[in-house]
Amino acid sequence: MQLEQQLRNKLKDKDILLMTHIVLGYPSLDVNREVIKQMVENGVDCIEMQIPFSEPMADGPIILKANQDSLLTGTKVADCFTFAAEITRQYDIPFLFMTYYNIIFKYGEENFFQRAKECGIKGFIIPDLPPEMGKSFLELADKYQIAPILIFTPTSTDERMKKLSTYGNGFVYCVARRGVTGKKSEFDQNFDGYLARCRAATKLPLAVGFGIQSKEDIEALKGKADMAVIGSRTIKLVEAEGAEAVGPFIAALR
Amino acid sequence: MDQNGFFGNWGGAYIPEVLYQTFEELKEEYSRCRKDPAFWQEYLTLMSTYSCRPTPLTYADNLTRHFGGAKIYIKREDLNHTGAHKANNVMGQGLLVKRMGKKRVIAETGAGQHGMATATMAAKFGLDCTIYMGEEDVLRQRPNVFWMEKMGATVVTVKDGSRTLKDAINEAFRDWVTNVDDTHYVFGTACGPAPFPEMVAWFQSIIGIEAAEQIMEYHGKMPARVYACVGGGSNAMGIFKRFLDEPDVELIGVEAGGHGADSGAHAIRLSSPDATPGVAQGYKTMFLQDDDGQMKHTHSVAAGLDYVGVSPILSDLWDKKQVRFESATDTEVMQALELTMKQEGIIPALESSHAFVGAFKEAGKLAKDEAIIINQSGRGDKDIFTIAHAFEDPSWKKFIIDRGIEYSNS
Ligand SMILES: Cc1ncc(COP(=O)(O)O)c(C=O)c1O
Repeated sequence: MQLEQQLRNKLKDKDILLMTHIVLGYPSLDVNREVIKQMVENGVDCIEMQIPFSEPMADGPIILKANQDSLLTGTKVADCFTFAAEITRQYDIPFLFMTYYNIIFKYGEENFFQRAKECGIKGFIIPDLPPEMGKSFLELADKYQIAPILIFTPTSTDERMKKLSTYGNGFVYCVARRGVTGKKSEFDQNFDGYLARCRAATKLPLAVGFGIQSKEDIEALKGKADMAVIGSRTIKLVEAEGAEAVGPFIAALR
Repeated sequence: MDQNGFFGNWGGAYIPEVLYQTFEELKEEYSRCRKDPAFWQEYLTLMSTYSCRPTPLTYADNLTRHFGGAKIYIKREDLNHTGAHKANNVMGQGLLVKRMGKKRVIAETGAGQHGMATATMAAKFGLDCTIYMGEEDVLRQRPNVFWMEKMGATVVTVKDGSRTLKDAINEAFRDWVTNVDDTHYVFGTACGPAPFPEMVAWFQSIIGIEAAEQIMEYHGKMPARVYACVGGGSNAMGIFKRFLDEPDVELIGVEAGGHGADSGAHAIRLSSPDATPGVAQGYKTMFLQDDDGQMKHTHSVAAGLDYVGVSPILSDLWDKKQVRFESATDTEVMQALELTMKQEGIIPALESSHAFVGAFKEAGKLAKDEAIIINQSGRGDKDIFTIAHAFEDPSWKKFIIDRGIEYSNS
């Protein structure tokens, strides 16, 4: 409820919200700090922070490499929590954790929820945990009031979307196309039909991610989605031009 | 398997949402095939005409005499077309793909045997084929790469992570989520999300069905023990399944001990305390991982056993103490391989040689009127570079050097 309300409040002033993605510890927590600062100061509404995992099955080459490099520099789950606690105290936008289920499972589900709650995290995106596998996870999400963000995809049937919607909270993450993160998506007529199906299936706000890279992409989503997600694009930008380039890039998206 | 794909505590289907619909279709087709006796008949016909089923059960009289205990029988999965048990699973899934009308298949491979079998099936059934293989495995199983390419498959070298089997699996999943509509992922072992573990074990169960009949014919009673190597667990499940309900048969899975159980450089998931429960690659099982849940590097001289996870069905049988797990080190494996070649004129794959080690350690302690079966999952020809290297064979070295000179001058 909390997260959804926060987003709805923001939607009163903006025609589309912006969510960005960072991989914790890549290239370093210090750079993450600077990137988040630039993002928030330039009007990002929500940030998903990925806790790196050695087997990021749903991620494309850019985020895959970021996960691996972060782990090589020694990033631990405990560091991610400490960092999250610091950041959520500092900025007044919702922060989410994105990671793979094993990170939570290994930490102990309840311990993980408890610690995330203490650190001010508002939601979880877990791409390899369908609700059928997440019974206890969903119960804990309810108990700790952390939104489980569920995922719609172009291959989801109407029936499946309706079912997913009953388990989800906060918002629904609509994956723009088949495939992994990183590649460009086409926002054509088919895509509009897909988004209309998403809208019909849920009352939750719709975020659209995978392959959003430019102002034009975001323009195309206005009126159809509530939030646009920028993922790999800023990681590439930081690699090429450094953290300072993020602010101007975000500012130019609006 | 329960409704959610679990075997006791293990298994499940931890899949990205984009694959949900494909898995629904796969489960439906699989369950239709299981109920249809004509499907199994079609499968048996294919395996007896295109592959070499039933494969023989060979009595190893020299090895039996050498150890002086139980009679040693070898189930010859090496005599399958493409040289390993992998063909059983692949041809079965191939029939399924034809029914589902998909036009393209992808697969991961470690030793290259599964990739090789998939490339073969794709050629025969007229399907496009892409094989993912870790860089380390491409180097150590070069002959299989050559044959896969010659049969028309695209072999993609995976350079991420530990550059072995698990990384090839991740990359195959990335392909699948991108090309779900026309592509089937021919999973190579009894791992991954449901229904793969059960389905692969089903196709492989033909091994044990034949072996039980053969041992009854030759030996007049059930074997005392059955040995199989365990990578993902498909050849082991294949031979074990038929014997699970036989009260007097003990089943032994032999894992890759690498440089030794205490070395940290091994792939022992069930017979060492190093693995812990986890969820990765779409299923829950015992994984070699650190305290944060990050997968560790594994090591084995045998590419096909060099893997962080293990079949959820085997984790369940381990829980229930229905299968005993042991391990064999790289060194023990080379010794068992050499002995088997010299005594029987048979060349087991490095993977299969692990099962031989397990059996050799125990055969002498069993009575002479007992029998044991070793599942020889594959033939060693693919390992010629690794084996020649390990034996430091001088004439082979000279041959390679001369060939290298010839190529670099041409
Ligand atoms: C000859 C052979 N035996 C065994 C294995 C291990 O797989 P599994 O444990 O699924 O039988 C492989 C895998 O590549 C193989 O090629």
